[in-house]
Amino acid sequence: MSNSTLPSPGLTAFDNAPAARADKKKGGFDWGRLVRYLLLFFFLIVVLIPVYVLVITSFKGIGDASPDRAWIFPQEFIGDNWLTAFFGDDLAKANPSIGAALGRTLLMVVPAAVISSFLGSMNGFVLSRWRFPYANVVFTLLLFGMFIPYQAVMVPLYRMMTELWKYTPLTQGTPSLILLHVIYGIPITTLIFRNYYQSVPKELIESAKVDGAGMLRTYSNVVLPISIPSFVVVLIWQFTSAWNDFLFAVFFGGNPGTQAPVTVTLNMIAKGSIMTDYGITMAAAFLASVPTLLIYVLLGKYFVGGLMAGSVKG
Amino acid sequence: MKKLKAYGPPVLMIAPSLILIGIFVYYLIFGSVQTSMTDIHELAQATGRQESHFVGLENYATLLTSPDFLHSLRNLLVYTLAFIAGTMFFGFLWAWLLDRRSKAEGVFRSLYLFPMAVSSVAAGVVWQWLLNSSTGQEASGLNRLFQYIGLGGLQNGWITDQDWGILGIAMPAIWQMAGYIMALFLAGFRGIPDELREAARVDGASEWKIYRYVLFPQLSPIALSALIILGHMSLKIFDLVVAITGGYTYYPTKVPAVDMAFYLNSGDYALASTVGVVLLLIILVLIVPYLVHVAKEDK
Repeated sequence: MSNSTLPSPGLTAFDNAPAARADKKKGGFDWGRLVRYLLLFFFLIVVLIPVYVLVITSFKGIGDASPDRAWIFPQEFIGDNWLTAFFGDDLAKANPSIGAALGRTLLMVVPAAVISSFLGSMNGFVLSRWRFPYANVVFTLLLFGMFIPYQAVMVPLYRMMTELWKYTPLTQGTPSLILLHVIYGIPITTLIFRNYYQSVPKELIESAKVDGAGMLRTYSNVVLPISIPSFVVVLIWQFTSAWNDFLFAVFFGGNPGTQAPVTVTLNMIAKGSIMTDYGITMAAAFLASVPTLLIYVLLGKYFVGGLMAGSVKG
Repeated sequence: MKKLKAYGPPVLMIAPSLILIGIFVYYLIFGSVQTSMTDIHELAQATGRQESHFVGLENYATLLTSPDFLHSLRNLLVYTLAFIAGTMFFGFLWAWLLDRRSKAEGVFRSLYLFPMAVSSVAAGVVWQWLLNSSTGQEASGLNRLFQYIGLGGLQNGWITDQDWGILGIAMPAIWQMAGYIMALFLAGFRGIPDELREAARVDGASEWKIYRYVLFPQLSPIALSALIILGHMSLKIFDLVVAITGGYTYYPTKVPAVDMAFYLNSGDYALASTVGVVLLLIILVLIVPYLVHVAKEDK
């Protein structure tokens, strides 16, 4: 990205395969190839079934409610479900607005991703290229935080946070979630940055040292500019995992209808006041997934890079 | 003094993170262990309005002998096995099918992988619809689809089954994660130099033998990390269950993480922390040997 001679972090090796592995043309019809494509298409259809269901159901009105129409196109495509999902349904108080939830979740997820990326970058730097005694021990101690299930800290964490809210009620919801995603993001972001900086030539930093630059100067003038690829991976990773988080959102997100992130709002809509209205719920599920899907479509390569680095978090 | 000047700045830089992790991971784990050995079963005790006592390992004994919690543990085991088997199977198969540079490979790859970008709650919404338990005339969801394609005999109650309902939760989980395993294996396949295969081919090895003796050994480290990642992930299964069943109390598909949320919600901090510590111990049993193995390889 910024400098092609530097290795990019965790990017997949898919595209580096030599073209030589393409099917070799032998004489006659290639049956193996046909079977391969048939299987690929079959699995594609299976994977896309939930998408089909979501789309047709979200456009259905009451006339299409009967179960024998479940898999069939709507008689008439109706956009009402989408409007209700987005704006909420104030009259019945049954449906909170996904639109509002999208807004407040963005306000929570973006700061969380940015702050934890910078923390990770600073940690990664001093753990790889500006080391101190026992740096490895410190790294291991930090890394362990990645493997613990959140369930193992939930009770004392909940007690601690409710205590905090007593004195500072305003910290409930978004500020609490930012804090928690930043803290529990430290191990994974540190890991990704450290691995990346270890592949950066030592000489680059040594020469800055020789020129008399201190740690902060070296970090901001030499290291930060070459960290962009890592930042993209880490930002995407943190954004997606905070966006899709449900456990913290339920217990620390505050009032489900007005404060909590989009996963909680969606869950509320799905439960409904009496029973699930699938038309609205499906539309809401799609709307709730738009930001992460957009990132996946636009920055898929980096998305996968983050996955490779750490799916063992929390 | 010189040392302080050299090492002071980096230590200061990492100190905030270290302190935060110290408190929010290590100290809180200690707190969980401590609470799990008390009799704080009611909110009044948690707030100190009523007394609480040290009870040793009593809560562990209570949970591990309660048929209710054993049902959760059994569900977790069944789920983990099904989830790992399913994702590894489809992930490997898809990577294998795509390995030979198919046309439109990128399209297949992206679409197989996209479910990972969707939250479990959103996925759960659609799968709740698909896993509708009605059959026959009333069937919608997958049961209706089975009727269409002449497999009506496969209709079943999905998550309503007391013993095997948890497999219904494993299906969406496999749907979400198989693409990820595909990505891991595909990167693995592509990391094997073509010369290796060619050399084997020249030596007269059959396709199967090339896989058996050339490719599989190269892929086994990837398979091992995939197993660890999936195992770790499956032990914490929570979102999908809540999204599909609507809460913390649905018996057939309950798992430990759901029990923990239920106890925490009802103010039973002692049992909630006990469940948390049990999950931590299970994960440690899985992870520590792996970390030791990795550390040995590094040397």
